[in-house]
Amino acid sequence: MIKSLDPRVIRAAIEDSNPIEPLKEMDQWETYEVFHQKKRGDQHMHVGIVHAPNTEMALLFGKEQFGRRGISVNIWVVKTRDVFTTDYEDSDIFETIPEKQYREAGGYKVMDKINKFKKGLGPKD
Amino acid sequence: MGQKIKRLHMNENTTDALKELLYKMADDLLIIGHRNSEWTGLGPILEEDIAFSSMAQDKIGQAQALYTLLHEFGEQEPDIVAFMRNASQFHNAQLLELPNGDYDFSLIRHFLYDHADQLRFEMLAHSSYEPLAKVARKVKGELKYHVFHANTWVVKLGAANDESHFKMQTVLNEAWNFALGMFEEGPFEDLLREEGIFEGEKILQEKWLKNITPILLKAGLCLPDEYTWKPINGGRKCEHSPYLTPLVEEMSEVFRYDPTAQW
Repeated sequence: MIKSLDPRVIRAAIEDSNPIEPLKEMDQWETYEVFHQKKRGDQHMHVGIVHAPNTEMALLFGKEQFGRRGISVNIWVVKTRDVFTTDYEDSDIFETIPEKQYREAGGYKVMDKINKFKKGLGPKD
Repeated sequence: MGQKIKRLHMNENTTDALKELLYKMADDLLIIGHRNSEWTGLGPILEEDIAFSSMAQDKIGQAQALYTLLHEFGEQEPDIVAFMRNASQFHNAQLLELPNGDYDFSLIRHFLYDHADQLRFEMLAHSSYEPLAKVARKVKGELKYHVFHANTWVVKLGAANDESHFKMQTVLNEAWNFALGMFEEGPFEDLLREEGIFEGEKILQEKWLKNITPILLKAGLCLPDEYTWKPINGGRKCEHSPYLTPLVEEMSEVFRYDPTAQW
């Protein structure tokens, strides 16, 4: 075994005879998802996660982790376990046949009409 | 606009009074800022470590703003004032230089000091000494968060379980007379009041008691019995516990190595 000179490694006393105990349940506080709003009226954006024992502390931590650079006016926190999610196994639901131009703005040929209108001719029926 | 502010007459006396006020405020902030920064990397959990460290940086920033005002009165540059004095030249209250102890002590000190700090700046927001009033208005948001942080922890730990309640009550009792020392009166109380600069330590202490009492009640913590109140004064007159010298030496070690170095 290599003898490290790094004090952090020495302190950790990493040896086989000293296995790391697995964490007990709730050894960590539960997590909250943090959303911040850059200015009033904007939508809140997801910015990260904090551990906290309750919502009040989650707000306290959320502000300091993600709002301390002065770019937020408001923060939301939501318990991670209250967030419902789709399964990555089902990510194929987002796949779609691309041959559907009629569903896309680009599928409509309108530039001719717009250009004519701009020239003051107005649209022709 | 509209509000008539008493005009400040600057003379030798008012300058001395302002310097005394600025020095004790700035030194309080620098010393508590340094103490709180000692938790960086050692905080109880990552999020709290970051929050506490970030607030410590706020404190240093506030101290710097006040040292800058002192510089305008002919004192040395902020860095020189902060790092080249000895412990016997600091005007901070002794509460702030005490070692961090466990997190319970650091939290209760943060609670007791930050309430006083917030109220002091609130009172100064309308000071006749406009440069200080301006700083006071600028730091309002930071202080609001610091007090919100302190209140949340104290209420949570005061009432969480028997062990946490006992720890919080114990450190409150230990810190109390030191906290009263924050309001030690100086030689310029009357002048500061008459000139409309600052209403004084007595009024500040009354406001402080009125603010912290309901929070402590909510936390299930009791104020020590009033007959035991004995303010530990001296800090404002540069009298300190043995803990300040090592703090100042460590804080200024790098700066003193080469005060002319460019950062």
